[in-house]
Amino acid sequence: MTDLPSPISPLRATAWRDVRADFPVLHQQVNGKPLVYLDNGATSQKPRSVIDALVRYYERDNSNVHRGLHTLSMRATDAYEGARTRIAKFINAADPAEIIFTRGTTESINLVARSWGHAHLQPGDIVLTTEFEHHSNLVPWQQAAKAAGATLKYVPLLGADGEGGLDLTALDQLLTPQVKLFAFTHISNTLGTINPVAALCRKARAVGAITVIDAAQSIGHVPLDVQQIGCDFLAFSGHKMCGPTGIGVLYGRRALLDKLAPDETGGGMVVNVTYEGATWKPAPERFEAGTPNVADAIALGAACDYLDALGRNQIAAHDTTLVHIAMEKLSTLPGIRIIGPRVGAERSGLVSFAFEGVHAHDIVTFADEDGVALRGGHHCNQPLMRKLGLTSTTRASFYLYNTEEEIDRLVASLRRIQKFFAGD
Amino acid sequence: MQDLTDLYQSVILDHNRRPRNRGKLPTANRVAHGENPSCGDQCTVYLHLDGDRISEISFDGAGCAISQASASLMTLAIKGKTTAEAEAAYADLHHLVTTGKVDEDNMSDLAALAGVHQFPARIKCATLGWHAALNAIKGDPITATTETHKD
Repeated sequence: MTDLPSPISPLRATAWRDVRADFPVLHQQVNGKPLVYLDNGATSQKPRSVIDALVRYYERDNSNVHRGLHTLSMRATDAYEGARTRIAKFINAADPAEIIFTRGTTESINLVARSWGHAHLQPGDIVLTTEFEHHSNLVPWQQAAKAAGATLKYVPLLGADGEGGLDLTALDQLLTPQVKLFAFTHISNTLGTINPVAALCRKARAVGAITVIDAAQSIGHVPLDVQQIGCDFLAFSGHKMCGPTGIGVLYGRRALLDKLAPDETGGGMVVNVTYEGATWKPAPERFEAGTPNVADAIALGAACDYLDALGRNQIAAHDTTLVHIAMEKLSTLPGIRIIGPRVGAERSGLVSFAFEGVHAHDIVTFADEDGVALRGGHHCNQPLMRKLGLTSTTRASFYLYNTEEEIDRLVASLRRIQKFFAGD
Repeated sequence: MQDLTDLYQSVILDHNRRPRNRGKLPTANRVAHGENPSCGDQCTVYLHLDGDRISEISFDGAGCAISQASASLMTLAIKGKTTAEAEAAYADLHHLVTTGKVDEDNMSDLAALAGVHQFPARIKCATLGWHAALNAIKGDPITATTETHKD
């Protein structure tokens, strides 16, 4: 047995169990069994304080922002802009104007790919990404490169099971002055690999490439400081960090945003409109045409408060403790193939695995019968699955309200499934 | 577990473990590929069409137990049948997996798929191989996906 890293969380296990009381959805039975929610990589559950923020807004403050001079509109505007400031603080952005509200990670990345790509990419340029990006940080770059006549290249993933992480030697060779943009994930949604994002940004900057980070899987799980990381753009979704669906953020360095043309145009983002043309407001309004998602932005601010009250260092330590316990216990199952970092190695709070002869969707159906919510499929990572010789994996992803007992429920369910499909 | 044993009947488990007519068919004059984009399941159907009769058929692919067993059962159900009979068999199968109602006359082992109707998310798994087979019969070179076909 590999030595487990000592659980360094200052919150005792009992205190983490108390956190569960904050999440109404967790207290239910699924198929007659207490729900074990292990699909946090897809979306997290919402604490009472976030749900209350939504209800409070609709019951008390609902109004359109930025245009009205009446009391409700001013309240709504203050709360919306307050959320922007709160989120800027959450990721230590230098200026709240660097926070653009979007629908989520996908829209954020598409905004950069279209606006920045259209203005800056030329034939012969190279866009660099990695072999283990989510489709949302892959397809927009394929499109942008195609539109500009640029080439898209991939930094390889090391190891037959992807256990070796990003090939940094290959990266150094790929990072030539032709590379105009390097887009990469902070934490892989399929492998659990944590990329050395600050080092990757330094390397990219050395050749003059701008950097785009997909922080969808890291934002609610680890402390994140955009100035320390040194990225140009960073994208995330609210719903994976205890916030609502339909709201996300594109962080962009002010100097870059001010030079960027808008992707969508219309109301709220213009200074002066004539029959002949229009001029744009500065960021962030320039990139927020139309009535924004006020309620969900405000509730995302409440999610930041919730996570910071618990402490993101503590959440990260809790995730780490759980994932190492899960790795130890899962690796004892006969015939299991775990992809990503090996037992004992650094990984984020998720594990993807496959069993010879039992398909992920059959596993997910059976686990659901035991009240255990898992994800099965290609995890929006089709090229990676093909590279690893898999069609699908099953993923268990943990968050602040999960417990060791729930990992035991998962393992017991998997044993039952193996027995059923072995047919004896 | 009652519902799950309805879904994963012994016939299904048997066909998943030992699929019939699996592999490429060297004599095939029609081939079509099917995909379920939401889960990545794949199925290629090879068949030899003699006039309008399916004289030989096989499938290849990867997917869950339901999709693989259903494709295996499909090859048994339509081998030797005319294309019109195969289309009628699909209509019966579709009725079965969406309603759970077994048509006593000509369902045979396919009736094992009746439990699928309790799991609407899995209907696409059960119809994937059939979509590919119908495309092969039509000579349609476009990949059959469960998104473009009506379940």
